[in-house]
Amino acid sequence: MAHILRGSSAIVGVGLAGCGEAHGRMPLDILAEATHNALDDAGLKLSDIDGIFTGSSYHFMPGLSTAEYLGIKPRYTDTTMVGGSSFVAHTLNAAMALKTGLCDVALICYGSNQRTAGGKLATMSEQQIYEAPYKPRYPISSYALAAARHMYEYGTTREQLADVAVAARQWAKLNPNAFARGDLSREDVLNSRMISDPISLLDCCLVTDGGGAVIMVSSERAKDFPKKPVYLLGTGTAQWHRQITQMPDLTTTAAVDSGKRAFAMAGLTKDDVDVVELYDAFTINTILFLEDLGFCTKGEGGAFVADGNIAPGGSLPVNTNGGGLSCVHPGMYGIFILIEAIQQLRGECGDRQIAGSEVALVNGNGGVLSSQVTSILGTEAVL
Amino acid sequence: MTETSTQHKNAGPDLTYQQYLQKDTLALPKCIECSKLHFYPRIVCPHCGSFNLEWKILSGKGEVYSTTTIRRKPERGGNYNVCLVTLDEGPRMMSRVDGIAAEDVEIGDKLIARIINNDGDCHVIFTPLQEV
Repeated sequence: MAHILRGSSAIVGVGLAGCGEAHGRMPLDILAEATHNALDDAGLKLSDIDGIFTGSSYHFMPGLSTAEYLGIKPRYTDTTMVGGSSFVAHTLNAAMALKTGLCDVALICYGSNQRTAGGKLATMSEQQIYEAPYKPRYPISSYALAAARHMYEYGTTREQLADVAVAARQWAKLNPNAFARGDLSREDVLNSRMISDPISLLDCCLVTDGGGAVIMVSSERAKDFPKKPVYLLGTGTAQWHRQITQMPDLTTTAAVDSGKRAFAMAGLTKDDVDVVELYDAFTINTILFLEDLGFCTKGEGGAFVADGNIAPGGSLPVNTNGGGLSCVHPGMYGIFILIEAIQQLRGECGDRQIAGSEVALVNGNGGVLSSQVTSILGTEAVL
Repeated sequence: MTETSTQHKNAGPDLTYQQYLQKDTLALPKCIECSKLHFYPRIVCPHCGSFNLEWKILSGKGEVYSTTTIRRKPERGGNYNVCLVTLDEGPRMMSRVDGIAAEDVEIGDKLIARIINNDGDCHVIFTPLQEV
């Protein structure tokens, strides 16, 4: 029997704002503009929203700050904080709230001015007292340690890591809204400044501004809106650690579990997936998640991403907006992979559109490979 | 409910860990139920859920599980190492290898712990283990 939440809710509006540089804007200004765009997309008004799902690196009580700014009084508020994966996790919580009638119109939203505010990663995170004496660069060094171990165990190379960045850039070149669209070669990545071996500057995501908003309603109502509904078929969450010393095996992430849970709820397998959107904070992420979600076997991720296999024209379209590496990455990126997946399923992606996309997989990452949240989205054809 | 405030008169796990380090000793909690050790020190065994723990003094020996060189300009102190060390007794911790260039630290290197005491604020670093 199908899971009670499978296809029970649908996305009927999405909006982006301030992606790249949004000079003179505060985080909530950008969030509100993305919300405005999502409301327009759905043909709704602010007063229709009665459920808020948000996260922030700027506001200690983001649900309160967001609702106050927008001038709405939500019946239901959820600020589950699992880092950049939060917004993907919010799809599950929103689906539960919609199914149980706790709210009728759910808004998942985020905004950040990380780039124009100075480029430093905003965080309210407490210091990790058992790591601080060694001065790791947060979060880069944690990902570097994972990459180094993957290279040691499986022979993954810096060239293969570079190919992840090159593929992302090739997608970005097809996306007029991507921030980094210049030519990028494998050699450019290899020759970029080393930061924390083996992660160099161009193995790292962008630092941009940006905001995103997603509006969800129950599936019964989904066809009453102007845009083609995109159904939430499944979301799975998993977390195994907070700090990198506690990660059981640096080469295997909790996406092994989140992916299984999402596919089980959706009643689908990896072979049903037409387009894949992974949280690529660093090049190693894409390799780890492709393995852990079952698109290739453990240890073969490096070979899988090489030579354009995940680039435009390759066998599996991955990170079609250009990813956090080349499109947008304002501190937390989870909402942007959701939006790209939704737009692919609607057929709105222009030159980067994957023809005939019916099923999309999104994998959000939070902390230092700590939280993994996988969502499977689909069109009416797979409902 | 039998808990009383007097049961909290002894040091918690972090303070106990520090107190051992101040005596130039590396020690960690060991589970009396499942016999496994854990890092960082807690009041519960993260392996089996038991609250029945004791402190065990360690050999100080370990092995590099992963390593990174953090690049820093020479005028700011130069490159330095950050690594994850798997202790011979099982747990893994973040640390640094001193005594060789940061770039020369390799996964699998055998290490021995050394305790750095900065006016009572202690942390553990490692140096290459000299085979006899």
